[in-house]
Amino acid sequence: MMILPLFVVIPLGGAFLLSLIGKLDKRINDALANIATFSLLVLSVFAIRYPLAGKVLVYKVGGWKPPIGICMVLDGLTSFMLVTTNLVSCLVAIYSISYMERYTDKYRFYTLFLLMLAGMNGVIVTGDLFNLFVFLEIASVASYALVAFGTEAEELEASFKYTIMSSVASSFILLGIALLYSFSSTLNMADMAWVLAQRNSSLLLYFVAVLFIMGFGLKAAIVPFHAWLPDAHPSAPASISAMLSGVVIKVLGVYTLIRIFFNLFPINKTSLSVLMFLGTVSILAGVILALSQWDFKRLLAYHSISQIGYIILGIGLGTPLGITGALFHLFNHSVFKSLLFLNSGAVVYALGTRNLQEMGGLKERMPLTANTSLVASMSISGIPPFNGFWSKLWIILACMQSGRILYAFWAVIGSILTLASFMKVQKYAFWGKLKKQWESVKEVPWPMQLAMLVLAVICILSGFLVAPFFSAFIDSAVKVILSGQGYAHTVFKMLR
Amino acid sequence: MSIYILCLVLFCIGLYCVLRKRNIIKIIIGLGIVEYAVNLFFVLIGYQRYGRAPILAKEQKILNMVDPLPQALVLTAIVIGLAVTVFMVAIAIRLYEKYGTFDITKIKRLKG
Amino acid sequence: MENKKEPGMTLIVKTITRLTVGLILLYGIYIVLHGHLTPGGGFAGGVIIALSFVHLMLAFGRETALKKLSQTKASILESLGALMFLSVALLGFLGGFFFFNFFAQKGTPFDLFSAGIIPLCNIAICLKVGAGLFAIFVALILFKNLKKKE
Repeated sequence: MMILPLFVVIPLGGAFLLSLIGKLDKRINDALANIATFSLLVLSVFAIRYPLAGKVLVYKVGGWKPPIGICMVLDGLTSFMLVTTNLVSCLVAIYSISYMERYTDKYRFYTLFLLMLAGMNGVIVTGDLFNLFVFLEIASVASYALVAFGTEAEELEASFKYTIMSSVASSFILLGIALLYSFSSTLNMADMAWVLAQRNSSLLLYFVAVLFIMGFGLKAAIVPFHAWLPDAHPSAPASISAMLSGVVIKVLGVYTLIRIFFNLFPINKTSLSVLMFLGTVSILAGVILALSQWDFKRLLAYHSISQIGYIILGIGLGTPLGITGALFHLFNHSVFKSLLFLNSGAVVYALGTRNLQEMGGLKERMPLTANTSLVASMSISGIPPFNGFWSKLWIILACMQSGRILYAFWAVIGSILTLASFMKVQKYAFWGKLKKQWESVKEVPWPMQLAMLVLAVICILSGFLVAPFFSAFIDSAVKVILSGQGYAHTVFKMLR
Repeated sequence: MSIYILCLVLFCIGLYCVLRKRNIIKIIIGLGIVEYAVNLFFVLIGYQRYGRAPILAKEQKILNMVDPLPQALVLTAIVIGLAVTVFMVAIAIRLYEKYGTFDITKIKRLKG
Repeated sequence: MENKKEPGMTLIVKTITRLTVGLILLYGIYIVLHGHLTPGGGFAGGVIIALSFVHLMLAFGRETALKKLSQTKASILESLGALMFLSVALLGFLGGFFFFNFFAQKGTPFDLFSAGIIPLCNIAICLKVGAGLFAIFVALILFKNLKKKE
């Protein structure tokens, strides 16, 4: 029971301690941040066993009984998202040990990093709608500052753009929460689901759904709201790009969308088909825009839009197979996209350039980076033994199963274009002839290598997540989503 | 009812300011207007006619009070708004250092 | 404009500031300590306390205010406030719950010493907000000076 608040307490405590004593010694920074993220990973893996045993944990903060007090809920979906988030953040923290040496003020970086992590864990764990908004804002404000961390002209510009758009999105979300509060006079998510299930659906709910699609859709960078992502994600330091593309858009955007549209609102065919349509548009728009990029990190950022499209498409289908595929793809994407961003960071660390045309033949000089990026590229473009293939297959099969042949077709087209785009990356960056000016390039230091290697291994292994023995992990999350407003029943049953 | 619509009008004015203005500072002010429109709306939801401030003092009955919850929530939202505004002002100062202008149409090194 | 050597504003402003700044600080502290009884609390009181330092800085110039509370001290206080808030929340585990109000029963209601951990939380928030707001103000001013040098 006690572990739930720890997901917020550990990163928050780490962040404030670092801002207090981080100035004294560099080693304290690294040690403290890594201990915090690693203990979070251990805790989140430890927490898997509750949903697997069919249990739902509900924690009453301050001993106040919901719906009056705030509660924290640990169910299948929560535990799934916690594992994804903390896995990536732990490896990114290891990577940052040597990558962030290039920047000044490392302790500020770790403080902001842990604050962002606290915000994300809070969003996942909480069971209260306004509390979710507060944690969402903590994570967002920390990420605005992290995007501008280098304080170069481009980074400031990207951060400004990101801040403006994301703050407007937050206002939409707050407006939606206000309307929901006026409609149901409660803020607890389980209680609200209960109230909404008893009332007839009204026009107000449609309006709130539109506000939430705009708000959370902008945080998730679905296509009409994607303009900030290709600027903001490449501008951040590579380890933060990995966090932003890997988990932040998923936790702040996709997870909240799932929670609200499945567990809070009555499941609604119209809003799901809107999500499905937007997802497909994202797949195509993201990948087509990515094709013409020569900036390594910008190309990866455009692919994030496209891959988020797959997840949204799978969720919009609303069938068990589609949701399984979507969650599976969510996990896989967070692994291989963060790996790709870490690769790009390694290349920038060694070469100092992000332009693909200036690279070439790095396979000889940086074998580990080249090989891990090959694994990640094959995963993202869906080559059979790797994890990306299985999750895309699941989503496309789900499209076929529910009779949406056209959507399946566009998803396949998107996958082929992704393959083309990553062939370009591999050809220009890692294969071919080594250019003269890069002959003295060395492989990056060991913490960076370790993080990339572990992520590559996970890329290969996580293909088994839908295999019969391991699938219980995802299935428990899918069960929560499909239970719809049964979420309220499970939470209230635990409280009694 | 008309009071809620006026809130939405204020929201739209702020949104217009964010989208149409070219000066960075004006954009930040527009964002402030958007945030305050939402906050005002939230407070008005909890209001009732002839309501009292929801403070429990000695020997006082709980009678005719407005809903205190939106006020607490709005206070939190205002604090968040403060953080975002301060951050954006700092960014605007730095942008002015780098580009020498507050005009958003001239600040465009990122493309594609 | 006349007194270029002496930083800050004119004599009138300085005299008035000398008289009022203590009162403003006291009022801020009052609001923080009575946060659980009257309107106000940690955030509002913290802002008023920060404003008293900002007032000092506007009237007497940067150095005088920074001598009273330097930027490093402000950031240390800020972190301490946050840590204090977190540890008060963690102490709630003694009563079995995170953020549990573990000595709410002590003291009579509507007294200064009542309401359990709420005054403690108010003090922590006041430290965080006051020091943080002052640090923000100083940081924005330092930006301005940086630009003038160039």
